[in-house]
Amino acid sequence: MSEKTIDRLASATPVRVARKVKGLSDRAIAWIFVGPTIFLLLAINIFPLLWTINLSFTNFKANRLNREVKYIGLRNYERILGDADVWLSMQATAHFLFWTLFFQVLIGFTLAWLINKKFRGNDLWTTIIVLPMMLSPAVVGNFWTFLYQPQIGLFNYIMTFFTGADPSSFDMLGSVDLAPWAIVIVDTWMWTPFVMLICLAGLRSIPDYIYEAAEIDRASKLRQFFTITVPMVLPFLMLAILFRGIENFKMFDLVVQLTGGGPGSITEMASINLKREAFEKWRTGYSSAFAIILFVTVFGLASVYVKALNKVKER
Amino acid sequence: MIRFIKGLFTLRRGPWELVATLLIGCGVFMLMQPFVLWAYTYSFIVTLTGTVMFIIVSHFPEQE
Repeated sequence: MSEKTIDRLASATPVRVARKVKGLSDRAIAWIFVGPTIFLLLAINIFPLLWTINLSFTNFKANRLNREVKYIGLRNYERILGDADVWLSMQATAHFLFWTLFFQVLIGFTLAWLINKKFRGNDLWTTIIVLPMMLSPAVVGNFWTFLYQPQIGLFNYIMTFFTGADPSSFDMLGSVDLAPWAIVIVDTWMWTPFVMLICLAGLRSIPDYIYEAAEIDRASKLRQFFTITVPMVLPFLMLAILFRGIENFKMFDLVVQLTGGGPGSITEMASINLKREAFEKWRTGYSSAFAIILFVTVFGLASVYVKALNKVKER
Repeated sequence: MIRFIKGLFTLRRGPWELVATLLIGCGVFMLMQPFVLWAYTYSFIVTLTGTVMFIIVSHFPEQE
């Protein structure tokens, strides 16, 4: 800032304000700037978390505000951790989490590697590939429901082309065996571009001279890939896995739109189960305990993961 | 191995973080495995112990 500007600002400051600020230390001024953010953080994040922990030890029901709230100790936790239905929802979450991450990383990295090659129409292809990510999950859920229709759905016809099976002989969203895979396919279709973009950033950050040095040393393409490309893209890839892992652990909208947790409860993931307990059965204390269990799990995993990520970056 | 055990006794970050990480990993596996219900029942306490331990031991001094 030029001296003139500073003088202009100083003269424009009302005398009363100037007198007040003059007596403040740098530390106090810093607190004035940071204060509102800290207040918002406390109000929006920390207070609800502490309140949820408090509620998890009670029998509170949000639809019966007049009822006396009793502290029941760890009973909510005992119930959740002994409930076979919640256990099944955790397994559904694990299946979804593992396979979406596996396919997204595999396809995302491959696409990024291909897009990174210089060819005609490179930018156009990048734009086309990134399109699904820009759509709303509600829209994606809706049109994939049509694609999966056994009678008129395009997906079944494409599968028929490859397998020869009758298109109306299988229902992706209505079959107990196929529904978990149906949601994995949709999430992979929607979010692979995200992983691809992050990997592409990693690939483009590798300087060409490293490959040139490897060429001079007569390193094969395969060796270059495993000793240069993979280690240098790894921090980016790990970041993508962290983002997608946390997102998919609490996946809700897409699955509700596609299957609603069915058929039966085969695709009822932890977040859907939690929503049912909280806003359909109105067991607020129970669902608070459930939310805390999920929070601790994600927090623990994320802490370890961030530590590993930092170690990889240091290398 | 001796270095690891020594690190545990002298409260060094590296070995203790490894123990906490193993506990978290074990807890998450127990939570999501489809084999035995009792493992699921005790998964939360294992994960919680690991997470709290991880937060505490992150402040321990580094191993030389």
